[in-house]
Amino acid sequence: MSNFTVGIVVFPGSNCDRDMFWALEGCLGIKTKFIWHESSDISGVDSIVLPGGFSYGDYLRCGAVARFSPLINSLDDFVKTGRRVIGICNGFQILTESGFLPGALTTNKNLDFICNDCELEIITSKGSWFNSSNNKINLPIAHGEGRYFCDEDTFKELSDNDLIALRYLSNPNGSSYDIAGVINKEGNVLGLMPHPERACDSTIGGNDGLFTLKSLIEFS
Amino acid sequence: MNQFEAKVSIRLRPSVLDPAGEAIKSAACKLGIDGINSLRIGKLIEVNLEAKEEKEAKEKIELLCDRLFANKVIENFDYDLKEVNE
Repeated sequence: MSNFTVGIVVFPGSNCDRDMFWALEGCLGIKTKFIWHESSDISGVDSIVLPGGFSYGDYLRCGAVARFSPLINSLDDFVKTGRRVIGICNGFQILTESGFLPGALTTNKNLDFICNDCELEIITSKGSWFNSSNNKINLPIAHGEGRYFCDEDTFKELSDNDLIALRYLSNPNGSSYDIAGVINKEGNVLGLMPHPERACDSTIGGNDGLFTLKSLIEFS
Repeated sequence: MNQFEAKVSIRLRPSVLDPAGEAIKSAACKLGIDGINSLRIGKLIEVNLEAKEEKEAKEKIELLCDRLFANKVIENFDYDLKEVNE
């Protein structure tokens, strides 16, 4: 596993890419590589992170323009090989816009940009993204457009297939069914609004994010 | 090639809460305008494009709406298309 490399995608407007580098390399000793979104060559990485930020200034809709980047075009084949992809905040928005995950993210119910710690319930063990010995974790959120929306049919599909990853215990943004994160049917793509990379050191806000980032390279 | 102009309206689906619309509705009430039952905010996109004929222009606009302008999970779209004389 020592040569395992996590690709951190950089879009114009990404701003959590360096945080992710710090969390992966600094806290976990995992080798990383920044990948500019114009590159379609992702053969050299074993898993991929779509970090938070404001890709393309959130023009039109969050993630709507980023989904047309060459990198996202080549992500489909990458995902089909079973390799793991995590999209955090803006990365989650990109994954829903590009159809890798169901639902959509839109403006918070109260119009506030919310920057706060959130208590989250771990719903699925599928994909092994979260420590199953915990029911709850605390992760920070920082978003203005993080209200997850899905209709009843989609919710039923998510529930029936065990695809809801995380739920807010106290819904901060009006998300449908309190959903904070979802996975794809195969379990190798996770999208979530909370930021695990900002919870990787107990001296600065906890370390509940470590397990999820570590699971990019170690999972069962 | 002929030139066409399209005015595309993007609206949140009725089932999706529009918090910005609610805020503007509240401001409209503060302005003293009563009787506003609902107020929702959408987007207007104006496109000038070239196409051989109206059918082709329509196909281009529909593809744009479907794949880029609107996210159909939360939004609906409609458009007016007309040929413009140079």
